[in-house]
Amino acid sequence: MNATNDNRGLGWRAVQLVTVLVYIFMFAPILVVIVLSFNDSQFGGFPMTGFSFRWYAKLMENEAVLSAFQTSIWVAVLTAVICSVLGVAAAIALVRYEFPGKELVNTILIAPALVPETVLGVGLLLLMRWAHQPRTLWLLVLGHIMLALPYVVLVVQARLIGVRRVYEEAAMSLGANRFQTFREVTLPLLMPAIVASLLLVFTISFDNITASMFWRPSGVETMPTQILSMLKVSISPEINALGTLMIVVTVGLPLLGGGLARYLARSGR
Amino acid sequence: MKKACAMTAETAVQLRNVTLSYGEFVAVNNVSLSIGRGEFVTLLGPSGCGKTTILRSIAGLVQPTGGEIEVAGRRIDNIPIHKRNIGLVFQNYALFPHKSVFDNIAFGLKYRNVEKSVIAQKVKRALDMVRLPGVEKKLPSEMSGGQQQRIALARAIVIEPDVLLLDEPLSALDANLREEMRTELKTIQREVGITTIFVTHDQEEALAMSDRVVVMNKGVIEQQGSPEDVYRRPETRFVATFLGQSNLLPGRIASVGNGLATVSLDNGQQIEAAAPSAAKAGMAVTGVVRAQKVVVGKTGPIQGKIISVSYLGGTAAYFIDAAGIRLQSISTIEERIWREGEAVAISIAPADCQLLDETGHRLQ
Repeated sequence: MNATNDNRGLGWRAVQLVTVLVYIFMFAPILVVIVLSFNDSQFGGFPMTGFSFRWYAKLMENEAVLSAFQTSIWVAVLTAVICSVLGVAAAIALVRYEFPGKELVNTILIAPALVPETVLGVGLLLLMRWAHQPRTLWLLVLGHIMLALPYVVLVVQARLIGVRRVYEEAAMSLGANRFQTFREVTLPLLMPAIVASLLLVFTISFDNITASMFWRPSGVETMPTQILSMLKVSISPEINALGTLMIVVTVGLPLLGGGLARYLARSGR
Repeated sequence: MKKACAMTAETAVQLRNVTLSYGEFVAVNNVSLSIGRGEFVTLLGPSGCGKTTILRSIAGLVQPTGGEIEVAGRRIDNIPIHKRNIGLVFQNYALFPHKSVFDNIAFGLKYRNVEKSVIAQKVKRALDMVRLPGVEKKLPSEMSGGQQQRIALARAIVIEPDVLLLDEPLSALDANLREEMRTELKTIQREVGITTIFVTHDQEEALAMSDRVVVMNKGVIEQQGSPEDVYRRPETRFVATFLGQSNLLPGRIASVGNGLATVSLDNGQQIEAAAPSAAKAGMAVTGVVRAQKVVVGKTGPIQGKIISVSYLGGTAAYFIDAAGIRLQSISTIEERIWREGEAVAISIAPADCQLLDETGHRLQ
């Protein structure tokens, strides 16, 4: 606009351009999936031939997709709940108590986040084979818990360090026992972290494909494995609709949860 | 029997040989202390002296490794904290941030099976007591530091505890507010008549508020007594140096007579001190003189030279070199302030000089 802006213009313009290109690179594929999911055409690609909800309607009639969706939701919800309970307990033990081997326990809990999922997938499978256990949905849930637990422990630990111990000491001095203190003081102050970890675990489980391929019982599909197997047959526009739904779930939920956590944190302070 | 009952009614808190060590480190070493009902006792000492550890032992936040603690005639060191009925106020208030002022104060009452209508009454009375009526619905974060500390006090007192424990409750406040709260706290304590143990490293606070000051160092009690007593008659070298500004003058008793001991200081000069009965000629002693009691003038038995001067308004603080001994004096300014480098004469009244023996204890 003015002289100074024009003077530093060239470099600045370049930065702007690169930024825009990076954003396009990141979000164009997602946008394409969303846009094409409303395409009326038989083929899952451009050009658009009209606007339609027919692929969503068709999706709703697809038994395999619906059951995969259900499976994914159940697995994700179960994983999220169990992980959060275990993770909160572990974080409290690690932050509030001293015990021998604490560092080691901490490392072991965090380790699954560092090991490649393929290795974990094969590993758990081999373990189950050795123990002569069948591949059931519970194995899938168990595996997802192992994958997501490190994140819960990390998130809750970070918050718990911020919750000063004097609050608990004050509660106990006023006559609350350990459990009442946890329920009345520690838990409410941890709530933002618990909400965050519930959502994080939900999305980790809901999105997971690598490990799920190893662990799912035969004949059972989760959403990501269902999409993969549909892709093997053809690129049907239905997949675009399915992809859009997954984006809505996995992006919308954390946004919602983030807002909720922020609200809780604000009213908690 | 009757007499025994009367005695237990008088003693609110009793510590018997309480010891607490963390491995090699002994935080509290064999401390015995008896606190009367309604008394305001301050544990005073530098950080790490064990004062906070004693407070936390009484509260039940740490477990003594030895000894017994009794509160209101009941042994409490073996029962969990939530059954002890003590009121605790922390340095950083520790108000529950997610609860309103009302819920904070009502917290302890909930666990004492108090009826809802009675809780409301008690909370209101507690808020009146700390002069913050009508703030029930506010969150702690909406209040100032001083107000939060009052709420914390109300929360601790409303449960009618056997003893109120205050852990440096004023140190997070700024200087002006601190003095105001000092008076306020003392007034409330007197109105309620609650037995109070106050922990601080601030000697002014201790001297201003307490019925009794317990001076601690390295896990043991150095001296206890009224504020005036510990200030004017320090029992040990530590108390003498920790409270106020004192001069320590090492020497040897040259002669004793007429109730006076003449002490030859290491630099050859002589001072006189009121002689306790234990004073004998030839004893190695240290004379303790408060800086306020070192009189700087034109005539006097000790000759010296002013090394430095700080003007403090009504008074001045001088450092004086008296033939190799450094003396500190805080004097009211009579005619004029003494300048750096001036030759002066110093006098010390015998009654203002206490004698410590070789172990650092006051000669009796």
